[in-house]
Amino acid sequence: MDTALQGTVTASPAPWGRVRRSRYLADRALKVVCALFTILGAVVLGWILLMLLVEGIGGLSADVFTHTTPGPGSQGGGIANALVGSLILTTLGIVVATPIGVLAGTYLAEYGKGSKLAETIRFVNDILLAAPSILIGLFVYMLMVQPMGGYSGWAGGVALAIIAVPVIVRTTEDMLRLVPGSLREAGAALGAPMSTVIIKISWKAARAGMVTGILLATARIAGETAPLLFTALNNNFWFNPNLMGGVANLPVMIYQFALSPYENWRELAWAGALIITMSILALSIAARLILRKEKAR
Amino acid sequence: MVALSQERLASRKNGSVRRSSQPGFDRVFRIASLGSALLVLLVLAGIIGAMIYGGWPAFREFGFGFITSSVWNVNEDQYGAWVAIVGTLSTAVIALAIGVPLSLGIAIFLTQFCPPWLKRPVATVIELLAAVPSIIYGMWGLFVFAPLFAKYVQVPVSSVVEGMPIVGTILYARTPSGVGVLTAGIILSFMIIPFIASIARDILDQIPSVLRESAYGIGCTTWEVVRNVLLPQAGVSIIGAIMLGLGRALGETMAVTFVIGNANRLSGSIFDPGSTIASRIANEFNEAIGLQLNALMALGCILFLVTFVVLVLARLLIARVRTA
Repeated sequence: MDTALQGTVTASPAPWGRVRRSRYLADRALKVVCALFTILGAVVLGWILLMLLVEGIGGLSADVFTHTTPGPGSQGGGIANALVGSLILTTLGIVVATPIGVLAGTYLAEYGKGSKLAETIRFVNDILLAAPSILIGLFVYMLMVQPMGGYSGWAGGVALAIIAVPVIVRTTEDMLRLVPGSLREAGAALGAPMSTVIIKISWKAARAGMVTGILLATARIAGETAPLLFTALNNNFWFNPNLMGGVANLPVMIYQFALSPYENWRELAWAGALIITMSILALSIAARLILRKEKAR
Repeated sequence: MVALSQERLASRKNGSVRRSSQPGFDRVFRIASLGSALLVLLVLAGIIGAMIYGGWPAFREFGFGFITSSVWNVNEDQYGAWVAIVGTLSTAVIALAIGVPLSLGIAIFLTQFCPPWLKRPVATVIELLAAVPSIIYGMWGLFVFAPLFAKYVQVPVSSVVEGMPIVGTILYARTPSGVGVLTAGIILSFMIIPFIASIARDILDQIPSVLRESAYGIGCTTWEVVRNVLLPQAGVSIIGAIMLGLGRALGETMAVTFVIGNANRLSGSIFDPGSTIASRIANEFNEAIGLQLNALMALGCILFLVTFVVLVLARLLIARVRTA
């Protein structure tokens, strides 16, 4: 009897010990499944990046950055016009969106606060944040392309700006809300008017977070394709300096070239895909690092 | 008193009072802020207006039949939205069926099991899934995922279920090319993971740890804590997060356009190609003229209404998670 008891103790019979077996197994299963799902998520990201590296790196050459996109059936070529076009459209979008987004976020955090109007705007902003981007393309088509009589870089920039604004509004408001009220009160006590308190105290304190928001918005719009399809479209040449007519840009170029029957077009699409994805990932990571550094301070 | 105001006048003339402290700038700044905020409302109103205005001729021409008709014939100028509506809903439902368990699993892993040093890298990786452009998902889906899916899933499954009732229809691929409604749903499920997972994680993190600890204290396993304490406590907020993912899945365009096959017919099989509202707009809009353009706008209008309702519900269900 004694030895038998000792035997069971030393052999440590079952890992679930005093817990009933089914409970133990359910718990184990949850852990394994959750870990597997997380690994699956990471694998998908890794797989996509690997695919881009494998397919894209062979296509990267000096020509890619110096030549314009080739016409149907012609050899070689690059994506210089699409790269510059994308830079211009994204910059245009951010330049339009930043003042609007920052001011609107400032209104929500500093002036509107809990008022009915502010609540409504916050609500609508959250909906715009998740609204299908293709509908924004259709909206800008009606708003600008039809009245102006054709596709243009301006319409593309406005479409991208509409996508960027909600992102900037949201982060600006969130960051301004983190600024302690006592700072503002100190400013107000010195006799500074509201606008001075906001610009010199609130904005200054929340600067890093607001920059993060703008970077995230840039990352968001740099890869947007759907809203550009009906606004800036694309073309195979250097665009008009006044940005009227189709303006070449990476996302739409990738869309058209990836599905084309020409070998060199597809190669350029992969090179473009690699460049755009890496830039966007770098931007997103940079934004996170800035925020983290600021929080650590 | 008089001396004081004269002194202020003098100082103002000298320009020693700073510009920004003049009431004029203060008011301009306030109005500019308010104006920008109102612009947000205006944009939403503009989108609604543009969709209704653009789609009106199609709604007037076909009436309610526009929604229920599955004809989409450019040559005869007959348009109906049914095929695209079915495609949109079925891809979104598949995306949720796969994406929700994945997202919740990831959120639970991050909040319950993940060792602290691993938390940040894992969370970043999952969030970066949202940074990858939709068109890249499309390329991955079409060039990498679809061939594998055709070879290892569509062909074997089709040969097994062929001839069976119901299952033989739903899971039979007439042309196992890898593209189709199910492929689109799977790609979408990966795309909505970061949105659902990050909100679900924030919600789980906000639940007071006293609740968790007391459950552990009476001897619960992690599974029981998650099942009986955390999920009921998170409750409707989780549903809100799922609705947000649904909103994304409904309106996603480029990835779906790559992998759904863009077929214009109704099929009983989820292996067959189909089309969604967004993919049809992306495919046809640039070449569309006349009534076709209006019909596409009307499709956009329907998509907007559906996503609007879904997103409003999502927003109401999620108690807004603040970064505080």
